[in-house]
Amino acid sequence: MRDTEQPPPQEPLRVSILTQGSYLIASIHTALDDGQLHRFRTDLLELIGHRRSRGVIIDVAALDVIDSFACHTLRTIAQVARLRGAETVVVGIQPDVAFTMVKLGAKLESMTTALDLEEGFERLAGIAAVTPLPDAPGLR
Amino acid sequence: MMLISDPRGWDVATDRDAHEADAGDAQEEVETLLPQLVAHLHEHRSELRQQWADRINDAHLLEAMTPQEVFSEVTSVYDNYVEVLETGSVGELRHYARDLSERIIPRGVETHEVIGVVLLLRDVLARSLFEKYRDDFELLNRVLNAYEPAANRIATTVAGSFVEERERVIRQQEDSLRELSTPVLQVRERLLILPIIGVLDKERAQQLTEQLLRGIRTHRARVVVIDITGVPDVDEAVADHLVRTVDASRLMGAGVIITGLSSEIAQTLVTIGVDLDKMNTVGDLQGGIEEAERLLGVKVVRTDDAGH
Repeated sequence: MRDTEQPPPQEPLRVSILTQGSYLIASIHTALDDGQLHRFRTDLLELIGHRRSRGVIIDVAALDVIDSFACHTLRTIAQVARLRGAETVVVGIQPDVAFTMVKLGAKLESMTTALDLEEGFERLAGIAAVTPLPDAPGLR
Repeated sequence: MMLISDPRGWDVATDRDAHEADAGDAQEEVETLLPQLVAHLHEHRSELRQQWADRINDAHLLEAMTPQEVFSEVTSVYDNYVEVLETGSVGELRHYARDLSERIIPRGVETHEVIGVVLLLRDVLARSLFEKYRDDFELLNRVLNAYEPAANRIATTVAGSFVEERERVIRQQEDSLRELSTPVLQVRERLLILPIIGVLDKERAQQLTEQLLRGIRTHRARVVVIDITGVPDVDEAVADHLVRTVDASRLMGAGVIITGLSSEIAQTLVTIGVDLDKMNTVGDLQGGIEEAERLLGVKVVRTDDAGH
């Protein structure tokens, strides 16, 4: 009943993409299926162009599983973003998730990772050679 | 070889070809003879018990215990023993044996001692039966037929309970050892060291990975030094696991430096075809920590002429 009354028009993506200076911060809040991952990828890469971003942080701390497709998506985002002039750091991979990914043979050579958002900023500052805001407090 | 099956559920194979009485007779005999036997054991309780304690002493068994302790345990075992003969149920005895084992294992009592002690009781009782029935060889044989299976079963129960208890203790110790064996230590902000000492089997490697990845999270580590100087050798599965641990740590944003690789382990890593570019290895722990400090951008400087 409720489903017919409130049909999800275009299911909102449970991902928030925020801008912080020249960085984009994408937080994934729940598990995404393959279609949603695809949309996420398209949206994010689109935004990099619009906002003229130099760095992208993808926070996956809420994910209990990162399967091979999700892994592939993250890697593709990193590669495409690089072609468009932005470096990508994936942050917040949980211990169990990390080990499962490795066990499944995920190829992550081209992916930069960091413990959490804060570390991700630092890592980006190192590799993208651009700080999010020249005078942002608390960020080096 | 024949099987004596008794109403109390004793199934014991004996190889007394000389007594091929059929199973029905044997069963009946056990039923009539055991009560006699039990009555005999009740009657001579104190003297048989003393004999047994003396023989334990002569055989230098249970020397970890005082004579008084031995005597009180002897009394309990004797009474339990007679009870088993009487009721045919070893449940109570097993319970007691486990309890006893729990008390005596920490004092260093060995398996052979426990088995020896139980067998001595069996001998003492058999001797007293020989003496009692020595004039009637035929009857003696029949009494022994009834007695032996029961006595063997008791011996097996006691020894079995002891060994079970011992194994339980060993397992418990293994568990606590495992807990202790993989400390994750923070030596500097963002720097963890993980000294591994002893044989690294699959189970321990698994546990190590879990602790390390959790440690990276809680300490917000950026570099981890795993020192395996104390690991004699690893098999291919464990080496592979180690490599995966390095990868997983990297996913969590921490770089791993492995130090103290022995030539055996290094060869194993090469044999399984590890991508050596991914592995950051340094000869010893000191070098590893120095490398880690370099990665973290920390510089340790000696204060000028400290102490002079």
